[in-house]
Amino acid sequence: MSTPEMTSGAYIQHHMEHLTVGSGFWTLHLDTLSVSIFIAVLLAGFLRYIAVHMHAGVPGRLQNMVEVVINFVQDTVNETYHGKSTLIAPLAMVVFLWIFCMGLMDLLPVDFLPNVLQLFGVGHFRSVPTADPNATFAMSISIFILVVFYNITIKGWSLGVEMLTKPFGPYLFFLNLPFRLLEEFVKPFTLALRLFGNMFAGELIFILIAMMPWWVQVLPGSIWAIFHILVITIQAFVFMMLTVVYLSMAHETH
Amino acid sequence: MEINLTLVGQLLTFAVLVWFTLRYVWPPITHYLAEREKTIAAGLEAAAAAQRELAAAEQQVVSLLGEAKQSANHIVEEANKRSTRIVEEARLAAREEGQRIVAAAREDFGREVGETREALRSQLGQLAVAGASKILRRNLDVNAQKELLAEFVAEI
Repeated sequence: MSTPEMTSGAYIQHHMEHLTVGSGFWTLHLDTLSVSIFIAVLLAGFLRYIAVHMHAGVPGRLQNMVEVVINFVQDTVNETYHGKSTLIAPLAMVVFLWIFCMGLMDLLPVDFLPNVLQLFGVGHFRSVPTADPNATFAMSISIFILVVFYNITIKGWSLGVEMLTKPFGPYLFFLNLPFRLLEEFVKPFTLALRLFGNMFAGELIFILIAMMPWWVQVLPGSIWAIFHILVITIQAFVFMMLTVVYLSMAHETH
Repeated sequence: MEINLTLVGQLLTFAVLVWFTLRYVWPPITHYLAEREKTIAAGLEAAAAAQRELAAAEQQVVSLLGEAKQSANHIVEEANKRSTRIVEEARLAAREEGQRIVAAAREDFGREVGETREALRSQLGQLAVAGASKILRRNLDVNAQKELLAEFVAEI
């Protein structure tokens, strides 16, 4: 616990506050932005470093690691997606790695970043960007835009026909349209909320564990941390998989 | 849970990250992956080809060995045949030569016997005349007694 005189409610509240500028809609969560951009830059730099030093000979350890991820992503994409777009696979990889790395931030002790930054006069800091719906919705909305884009550019007029005739047949077109619209618009919400919910709950449990006396924390803390590694991997994979599935559905008629 | 401008910032970050990966990370890595895949495939193909060649070579070795054995057998057989023939020929030639030598010797011997007989005959005639002269105590005219002598010699 950062300050012993805090009540547990206040402590949790303290950890739920973002570092913000602006007000109303024009608020920026500086913690979410800085951590996710920092991770994005690290990730991009690392991947670029590997790409530049890549060779077709026997791979080194780092190169091998990246190759494993790329092969894994490529296999996953090839299984579901049969179109020609070269965007899907890199997009899926970015989704997977970025979400995974942002989730990893949860493994830092919950008070570590806030307390360090407090020394520099920063009042609140939430270190897990994916526990902020802004981050998860940003990804799911990007993917939704791509889905809409591919639906329109690839299917053209047949998209309109599809929206009216599927899934209940042409005579129930007045049911088909709202059904399909709902189906499409639900996608970004489920994508974003699933990830957000998992990460938020994970963070909350870390905070609750951090409120225990220090000699009790060790066991539940390590168990939850190990479990959390599994959770972020699964969440990253699910997000990536659904991205690929939604985009390939946009390419193929139902 | 509040949605605000952060969303836009995150959208931009995500877009830039995806663009960067699409442009500067994915192509080189997949290029080299494909290249390595090709190299490995070529290597495996070459190994398979080499194995096939080895099998073919082994087969060829076996057949060549068989042929060589056969021709060696053939050569030995030929040589055997030829040597028998040569021995046979030599034997025949030797026999002929021997017969010829024997015949020539026989001929020489016969001639010499004849000559000796002639010489003995003539000497016998003279001896007979000389003996008769001794007996008759007078010289006999060999020529006068030619007819008688010839008759006598012919009887011997």
